[in-house]
Amino acid sequence: MKPFTYDSPADAATAVRTVAADPSAVFLAGGTNLVDHLKLGVARPGRVVDVTGLTSTEITEQDGGLSLGAGVPNSDLAADPRVRSRYPVLAQALLAGASGQLRNMATTGGNPLQRTRCVYFQDVTTPCNKRSPGSGCSAIGGYTRYHAILGASEHCVATHPSDMAVALAALDATVRVLGPDGERTIPFAELHRLPGDAPERDTVLRHGDLITAIDLPAPPGDRQRYRKVRDRASYAFALVSVAAVLSIADGVVQDARIAFGGVAHKPWRAWQAEDSLRGARAGHEAFRAAADAELAQAEALPGNEFKVPLLARTLVATLRELTGGQSA
Amino acid sequence: MTAIGQPLVRRDGAHKVTGAATYAFETPVSAPLFCHPVQSTVARGRITAIHTAEAEVLDGVVDVLTYRTAERLASTDDAELAVLQDRDIAFRGQVVGLVIAETSEIARHGAELVLVDHVEHEHDAELSEHRDDLYKPAKVNPSFPTDTDVGDLDAALAAAPVRIEQTYRTAMYHNNPLEPHATTALWDHDSLTLWDSTQGVHPSRATLATVFGLPPERVRVVCPFVGGGFGSKGLPHANVVLAAMAARAHPGRPVKLALTRQQMFSLAGYRTPTIQRMRLGADRDGRLTAIGLDVVEQTARLKEFAEQTALPARMMYAAPHRRTTHRLAALDVPVPSWMRAPGECPGMFGPEVAMDELAGELGVDPVELRIRNEPAVDPESGNPFSSRHLVECLREGARRFGWEARDPRPGVRLEDGWLVGTGVAASVYPSRVNPGSTALVRFEHGRYAVEIGAADLGTGAWTVLPQIAGDALDVPVDDVDIRIGDTRYPKATVAGGSTGTATWGTAIVEAARAFRDKFGRTPSHGDEAEATTEKNPEAQRYAMYAFGAQFAEARVHADTGEIRVPRLLGVFAAGRIVNPRTARSQLLGGMTMGLSMALHEDSVLDPRFGHVVNHDLAEYHVSVNADVADVQAHWLDERDEHVNVLGSKGIGEIGIVGTAAAVVNAVHHATGARIRDLPVTVDKVLPALP
Repeated sequence: MKPFTYDSPADAATAVRTVAADPSAVFLAGGTNLVDHLKLGVARPGRVVDVTGLTSTEITEQDGGLSLGAGVPNSDLAADPRVRSRYPVLAQALLAGASGQLRNMATTGGNPLQRTRCVYFQDVTTPCNKRSPGSGCSAIGGYTRYHAILGASEHCVATHPSDMAVALAALDATVRVLGPDGERTIPFAELHRLPGDAPERDTVLRHGDLITAIDLPAPPGDRQRYRKVRDRASYAFALVSVAAVLSIADGVVQDARIAFGGVAHKPWRAWQAEDSLRGARAGHEAFRAAADAELAQAEALPGNEFKVPLLARTLVATLRELTGGQSA
Repeated sequence: MTAIGQPLVRRDGAHKVTGAATYAFETPVSAPLFCHPVQSTVARGRITAIHTAEAEVLDGVVDVLTYRTAERLASTDDAELAVLQDRDIAFRGQVVGLVIAETSEIARHGAELVLVDHVEHEHDAELSEHRDDLYKPAKVNPSFPTDTDVGDLDAALAAAPVRIEQTYRTAMYHNNPLEPHATTALWDHDSLTLWDSTQGVHPSRATLATVFGLPPERVRVVCPFVGGGFGSKGLPHANVVLAAMAARAHPGRPVKLALTRQQMFSLAGYRTPTIQRMRLGADRDGRLTAIGLDVVEQTARLKEFAEQTALPARMMYAAPHRRTTHRLAALDVPVPSWMRAPGECPGMFGPEVAMDELAGELGVDPVELRIRNEPAVDPESGNPFSSRHLVECLREGARRFGWEARDPRPGVRLEDGWLVGTGVAASVYPSRVNPGSTALVRFEHGRYAVEIGAADLGTGAWTVLPQIAGDALDVPVDDVDIRIGDTRYPKATVAGGSTGTATWGTAIVEAARAFRDKFGRTPSHGDEAEATTEKNPEAQRYAMYAFGAQFAEARVHADTGEIRVPRLLGVFAAGRIVNPRTARSQLLGGMTMGLSMALHEDSVLDPRFGHVVNHDLAEYHVSVNADVADVQAHWLDERDEHVNVLGSKGIGEIGIVGTAAAVVNAVHHATGARIRDLPVTVDKVLPALP
């Protein structure tokens, strides 16, 4: 582990200025991912700026929705009665992730910024374009079980590991950011990038940008479900996951918000599946058609071909559950 | 009331749960130095230069050992232990340097700054049964014949009305004890003291004395507690030699070395993957006429370890024609070693799934099929079994599990969206007493002290050995003090092969008898007597094994293929159980590890690089609490006067034997999908789902 300077500034603006002024500086919140990276040599910052206590730890009512302070721990967010009743997809996603101990430490602002668990990214002895741009992608031709089937590039096939972020993408959340030039907002679905030829950049955030809150609009649908599929019953990243929010009237889908996890470099908003569902009569055929519409663009790697049918089956099953249908 | 058979609580339990028990790395010493290994980043090659200057100037770095600066070892016969002796790189992750510093953080930072130049040679790290360089080892672990051939297997198979011919595969596994391999070492007054996490202080001392060319009495190994080993601490690995080297380079200063979790995946042994070509021939009634098992597995080019995978197939069921073989691929990979039930654990996967396939082929119940093939004598030696109650285990397990009502058809039970099935497999593990363990009984201030250089790797030796001693001396167990885990106590053999309690217990019983013979019931302070275990002559006349039967219920999600095992039930016949509480813990632990093998564990070796890429506990999955539901271990009240003076058989390993086959058989019953390669995962069952 490379030694670094530790800063604990008095307020968020100072923290932002400090990081913006030092290319080797990083923010530290819950530390559940960064501390691992410090030990592994994946992150080698010269300066660590602790933002604990500098952003809100409150969940507040706002415009019919909720504003989630960036400092709210994942466990508190999952346990909040307003979140549980109005945004169950978010509470379910949070509780599907990590372990109790990690959720106590992880924060609302930090969770979406955790980095891929691609084994080659986490091993400094193997080439990785995300960690070391231009060195190559070891996952291509390697261990791909947790890798992408959507939106990958020849430079990177990593997936984003967060469950919470998948629910936030489906809920049309907005990210509030404090940067060196002041505050701005970013639609959550646009926060994360696809790898393209710059996989070292996970998000559209600039150096020094600090997430201060995540805003949830009024619930876009009353039928919500987060379904995560993994080999192990707990403490495992998703092979695939589905966040679905539906409104149904008279058996017809009025609105659908769907996002996938474990299959792309970002929480994958399934726009085409949503389009296919809107106005359709809820039922197996419409669900299957939605899956097919979205997954027509899927490109599996040797070793993760199963994720395409698995994701289709999981989406169909989740929609069926949300519309009162029976399991297979 | 005798102490043996009482569920006494662990004597060390309170120490452990309160954090008072000190493990090797925590040994309180003054001003220790800390070590961090530098590892090779190629799988085969030769070092051309090592640049240590940047690390050496780091504030707090005391020393950097490399092949240039490390001492020349007295013995390099064990290539795994011959660290920092030459320029050759034999596997990726091999230690090529050691940074010694004032703190562990500085040592780790220093290790990052050591740069190694090397010539990289083409490496070969991919196991396959189709390789043309598979070879026949001279023996398999530890000293069994590599091949056996009885009768005429090919003719018997050709003539058999029913045949099963399939290939089964088990994955590569890492032991992953919670406590990493760790050592505190001190070289002082020409003597070496190692506080080491080990399954055997005396075997460790003997090895280290040889490697460093020291008289054994100048090496002391201390190990009161171990946070798990599962075989990976049964033999010293390179980390212990490194710690000792560092200590010898800095006389008078204690040094500490703990492997990181990632390092444990290349430096602490593992179980080889196995490829098992299984052939069964049977008559229409299900009586086996032929059993063939051809095993292909890997070893390291650096040092041979041949897992004895075909052993249980040699003795489990009666069949007149039997042939078994082992063939190895020597690869540029880390050195495999012992992992819980080497041989029996992987070796009861293929055969026990094949038995299930045969039962399905014949339309015979899989419990009944096993009963029909019960041998009268050991098929291997022709000797009678000292005791064999497999049939009773199967029947008792079937009764407890509710097997009777089972509908044999696969893939027809759907409950709440889950396909449900049940499966069975048999378990076996040899019962042995190791010669050469000595116990000493001494009367001190009105109490009895028992000293034996045994190790408790979490199994309960601290608790069960006083129970044995109390009964042997005919005194209350609370009057007995036990002293173990230090080479200052008499020589004891390794806690391995499920031999610990039987071996050390035998030594204690004989020492107690010698003590009473010599001093009667009214000894004086300081009176002492000792005894040493010898080869059990009965082992020449009887085949000695523990047996068991394991039943599993599997649920496979009909939409997603997620696999859960809500019930595991094992019934074992393992002689006299010394302490039901610690015994149950051993059996449940073994079964849980077997469940983990069935569903989760899989060391992914990327042949392009030559190392295991999922080398941490987030990516190398072991079953977690949420995966482990109703697990029950029961046992029969078995008497066996031949195995040893206690009548007890080892139980540390049998729990993991057969479990994975039972789970796989249950998954087949649930879904109709016959999975022949472990682990059973979502992707493998998906094609069979409705």
